Amino acid sequence: MNEKYISLNFLPLGKTAKVKFLTSDGIARRRMLDLGLISDTVVEALQKSPSGDPTAYHIRGAVIALRSEEASKIMVEIN
Amino acid sequence: MGLTSQSTGMGILVNELKIQLTAPDDKVVALAGNPNVGKSTVFNSLTGLNQHTGNWPGKTVSNAQGKYRHKDINFIMVDIPGTYSLMANSVEEQVARDFVCFGQPDTTVVVTDATCLERNLNLVLQTMEITDKVVVCVNLIDEAERKKINIDYNKLSEILGVPVIPTAARKNKGLSELMDAVYNVANGIIATKPIEIAYEDTIEKAINRVQDSLPDKMQNKINSRWVALKLLDGDSTLLESLNKYLGFNLLDDAKLTESLEAAKSYLSQNGIETEQFRDRIVSKLITFAEEICKKTVTFDRKQYNAFDRKIDRFLTSRTFGIPIMLMLLAGIFWLTIVGANIPSEMLSKLLFWVEEQLTGFFLWLNTPEWIHSLLVTGVYRTVAWVVSVMLPPMAIFFPLFTLLEDLGYLPRVAFNLDNFFKKACAHGKQALTMCMVKPIMYFLHIFLHLTIKPVST
Repeated sequence: MNEKYISLNFLPLGKTAKVKFLTSDGIARRRMLDLGLISDTVVEALQKSPSGDPTAYHIRGAVIALRSEEASKIMVEIN
Repeated sequence: MGLTSQSTGMGILVNELKIQLTAPDDKVVALAGNPNVGKSTVFNSLTGLNQHTGNWPGKTVSNAQGKYRHKDINFIMVDIPGTYSLMANSVEEQVARDFVCFGQPDTTVVVTDATCLERNLNLVLQTMEITDKVVVCVNLIDEAERKKINIDYNKLSEILGVPVIPTAARKNKGLSELMDAVYNVANGIIATKPIEIAYEDTIEKAINRVQDSLPDKMQNKINSRWVALKLLDGDSTLLESLNKYLGFNLLDDAKLTESLEAAKSYLSQNGIETEQFRDRIVSKLITFAEEICKKTVTFDRKQYNAFDRKIDRFLTSRTFGIPIMLMLLAGIFWLTIVGANIPSEMLSKLLFWVEEQLTGFFLWLNTPEWIHSLLVTGVYRTVAWVVSVMLPPMAIFFPLFTLLEDLGYLPRVAFNLDNFFKKACAHGKQALTMCMVKPIMYFLHIFLHLTIKPVST
């Protein structure tokens, strides 16, 4: 795995990053793709839920909440 | 009715495809769209039916039907489940895809959200891959105006090759234009020419190869390019539905299986295995949607949702999120339980006054006591009790709940509570179900309590 990339759940709030690749497969992978999480998609971490998980992300004009176990399978590069 | 094998799984497919036509020239219109785009509002406004418009996913799991008449033709509108995609990742998506594909609708209307069109175009593009007869309805334009989002509908229609109709269904705006467009497409007055999504060369070659060897007997029945694409994708749910629809097993055809294998090995020689194939198809659709939006959508204010975000930050913040939610829900329950007492009392006074009049009437008629006790103290009093106690809380609770729904607060509740529900192996979404179940249990309790009580008094 490349050192440059971190998984999305480690993206600090307020920061944006570019999606590089997904490590999930099967239906989970297709769901992520349907959300528009393809290569080079810009994602911004907006805020965490009161208990710290899930986190809301700004993805292609929509605000979407992802649990950390889902976000951990999305590798991103911080801009 | 409970869940039976007919109402779940493949049974749905069989049931959904039976559409009752009242006349041979009735037209069938499928209503597709992402969840939460006001699809049910469009459906209700057109058909005059009062289908409950809810905000949680999977509300329309089966297909609701309604009818409307426009220019001397009956249109049967089928509200199919709201989905982001037609790739059959879930039962809803499978039902939606099967109807668009095998239900043979005369027109498919895809309802989209003007405030996030790009995300919605994915479904539009997928629908256009299956059928030519598509009308795109861009709903919630009032909301988009508020957020200073401008959409060039003519250009969008030009690029997509199908009619694009802006609407604000809540305010009944644009619906007659939508009906006109559906009429024109269903009757072939407007010939639609959906833009063809061109994939990379390797994939296109593989598609052509499979498409050419599809058996002749399925031509004109279904879009062959799309079938070829799905066969390469290895979508087994589609194959099952397809075979049922065609009445023969597609893969029994030796020529087809041979070229399918050849196409697949051609793909893998070029570094595209099944999994990457899907990735590339989906990626193409998404980047294509992005390109279209770049040409047609402009934002007057870059930070158009800054205000919404501020509210969100407050409603789901670590400090205030949970207390605000508890206060709101407690407030609603308080209003429902305590606030309902006043109308309850007034209603029961009125109804029992009516009972006295009824008793007076029966006495005047000189009816035997047993008839009076059966009809008035038995039937009437029970109904009066139930109505006076149950109606006010319901009349208060459900509108309040609908208000929270319309304000979009419920997804925030799910967001706040997801972690707690996850620990119980459930979903934040289920908080909503709990909210609905609680008062129902409460009313049920009162109901059972009361129907016993009048008998004993």
